[in-house]
Amino acid sequence: MADEGKEKKQIRPHRVPMAEQPAEERIKNFREVPLGYTEDQAAEEAARCLQCKKPACSTGCPVEIDIPAFISLVAEKQFAAAARKIKETNSLPAVCGRVCPQEIQCESKCVVGKKGEPVSIGRLERFVADWEREKGKVEPPPKPKPNHKKVAVIGSGPAGLTVASDLVKRGYGVTLFEALHKTGGVLVYGIPEFRLPKAIVQAEVDFVESLGVEIKTNSLIGTLYTVPELMEMGYEAVFIGIGAGGPMFMNIPGEALNGVYSANEFLTRSNLMKAYLFPAYDTPIKKSKKVAVVGAGNVAMDSVRTAIRLGAEEVYLVYRRSEQEMPARVEEIERAKEEGAIFKLLTNPVRIIGDDKGWVTSMECIRMELGEPDDSGRRRPVPVKGSEFILDVDSIIMALGTNANPLLPRSTPGLTLNKWGYIIADEESCRTSIKGVYAGGDIVTGSATVILAMGAGRKAAKAIDAYLDGGR
Amino acid sequence: MYKVIDKQKPATTVTLLKLQAPEIARKVRPGQFVIIRLNEPGERIPLTVNNFDREEGTITIVFQEVGKTTTMLGRLNPGDGIADLVGPLGRHTEIEKFGKVICIGGGVGTAVIYPITRALYQAGNEVIGIVGARAKDLLTFTREMEAVSHRLIITTDDGSMGRHGLVTDPLREILESGDTIDRVIAIGPAVMMKFVCRTTEPYKIKTIVSLNPIMLDATGMCGVCRVMVGGETKFGCVDGPEFDGHKVDFDLLINRLRQYLAEEKISLAAIEG
Repeated sequence: MADEGKEKKQIRPHRVPMAEQPAEERIKNFREVPLGYTEDQAAEEAARCLQCKKPACSTGCPVEIDIPAFISLVAEKQFAAAARKIKETNSLPAVCGRVCPQEIQCESKCVVGKKGEPVSIGRLERFVADWEREKGKVEPPPKPKPNHKKVAVIGSGPAGLTVASDLVKRGYGVTLFEALHKTGGVLVYGIPEFRLPKAIVQAEVDFVESLGVEIKTNSLIGTLYTVPELMEMGYEAVFIGIGAGGPMFMNIPGEALNGVYSANEFLTRSNLMKAYLFPAYDTPIKKSKKVAVVGAGNVAMDSVRTAIRLGAEEVYLVYRRSEQEMPARVEEIERAKEEGAIFKLLTNPVRIIGDDKGWVTSMECIRMELGEPDDSGRRRPVPVKGSEFILDVDSIIMALGTNANPLLPRSTPGLTLNKWGYIIADEESCRTSIKGVYAGGDIVTGSATVILAMGAGRKAAKAIDAYLDGGR
Repeated sequence: MYKVIDKQKPATTVTLLKLQAPEIARKVRPGQFVIIRLNEPGERIPLTVNNFDREEGTITIVFQEVGKTTTMLGRLNPGDGIADLVGPLGRHTEIEKFGKVICIGGGVGTAVIYPITRALYQAGNEVIGIVGARAKDLLTFTREMEAVSHRLIITTDDGSMGRHGLVTDPLREILESGDTIDRVIAIGPAVMMKFVCRTTEPYKIKTIVSLNPIMLDATGMCGVCRVMVGGETKFGCVDGPEFDGHKVDFDLLINRLRQYLAEEKISLAAIEG
């Protein structure tokens, strides 16, 4: 301890572990699984950071958080200062600390990670945000001088919240329009409570509102107002961050049977409408015994784990490729396995079979094998002839990704879309084909991650600020 | 909060609420619907708009008290509020001068066919209205329908008012009489719309129906409202609610409407205590 400089340079290869609810316990509740660090654990983990002169971690962050700076404050137990540091560039740290794929972003670039486990940047971000919220230390920064220019932001998901908070901090008058009754987009309807508690999302939304953003829920743009109408109302720029929206189905026989859900429906019932608390909450959800979830992304894992918590006895994850090709985060796949999901890999549904009352009874599947690589670079799954078999299930959840929602584009003349219906926007500026109209997040990229949508929001805010001449 | 400013009882189990909703009133057109969520634990239910007053900034909804949410909605009084109201949703009715049209309303569906009938009447169509219900005390909006129809026929299943029988009886007679009908629009229970479509199909008369599938977000996101129309999957909320009735798979719709019957009973029992 005499020579602190030396102490810092010595690499500690192992992370400070984080406590979590054991699998047999957590499958009986919807509470969050990882329990977070204590102050001492956070400081100990933060001390593993080498404080690189040219930090690579920050370059891996789509919203460019000054990672070494906030971690150094955590190591010194200056948690309030650490929170302010993060919030200079990220208004949703408690969300990002939980749902960002750090393993392919900041943490993948961490120098400590070359010899051991990388510094747990995500866990530290989460700790700092939780500490600030739980201690009641959240303070909005001083309000900037208003520049009397109005910007409309459509959609209150990660992209919209980022654009709104970035612009309001620069003095713009920002109105955030949300179609649903709650703010947060996918953070409230899509990601389950056990992965992202809704009270935490609400606190971060409240923070954005405290910056001065006007939030209008129950406002579906495209019908209540159109984009051209918003411009007529005096909004000088419009950002569209409406998410990917529409659910995909397989177009196989039997998909309209009762008991077949899109993951969007299943998760919206459970998360947004709190159907897992039925009948205390009015929205019902079926308590199924044997459930098949089709797909292998994060949404599929969320669906599997929700079905288990709703009391299903057997939950299958049906995926046409092998585990290696699964798009979900490794952490999510592991948790689903720990909680008892039965993986039916190299398996593809062919048709859904129902009873005479129109309810699902089983699903016919075919086994697959991997052939030559396809456009995505992954080996293409091909059916094995004659390998059909029947899987008995009473519910099927299709978690196959999403389509672009047509509502807003069809009411916005001149907005150029690609062949899948997504909005074409410049990658750097998020500019669309209409002057003053910007777009970012899943409605441009198709289904991606929370943080990529936030990154797009950050770029759009910069571009809108430049377009409106810094508000002058 | 969206304030209730007037309440009426057009029939025994049917309630009309006028709501303060200036933004929606500005935009809504006949055939469109709104989503209502009563309170924090509430569910989202779709209700087609019955009437609107752009100047006053109000919309009216009419509903039959069948489940927990509609029962609780029916207990509201002027001055009370509704937590969430979203709209206008769905595509509006195509209003043109078609020529001679028949507008059919079944039960509480009459409240919804009324603004459409009025718009068609004002567009210069010759309008025949047919309204039906199980019994006299379930008939609604007959007087309003009379004012916007050149001829109005009333039917009741039990014969307590108007003709004894179903709405399809006078419809069939009109079609059999050889009268040229350019369009039929029918709104009511799924089974009624199914039989209206069966009746008009042999005559190849375009028949529009307004479907009422279960909905959740009602913005095209969840897909619970999917219906089969002409062999294709369509979403009631964004592609509808109105469709070409001859292409609709009504049996599938009727079956999908039964998905949560058991849960609906649990919810209703809880408030009826």
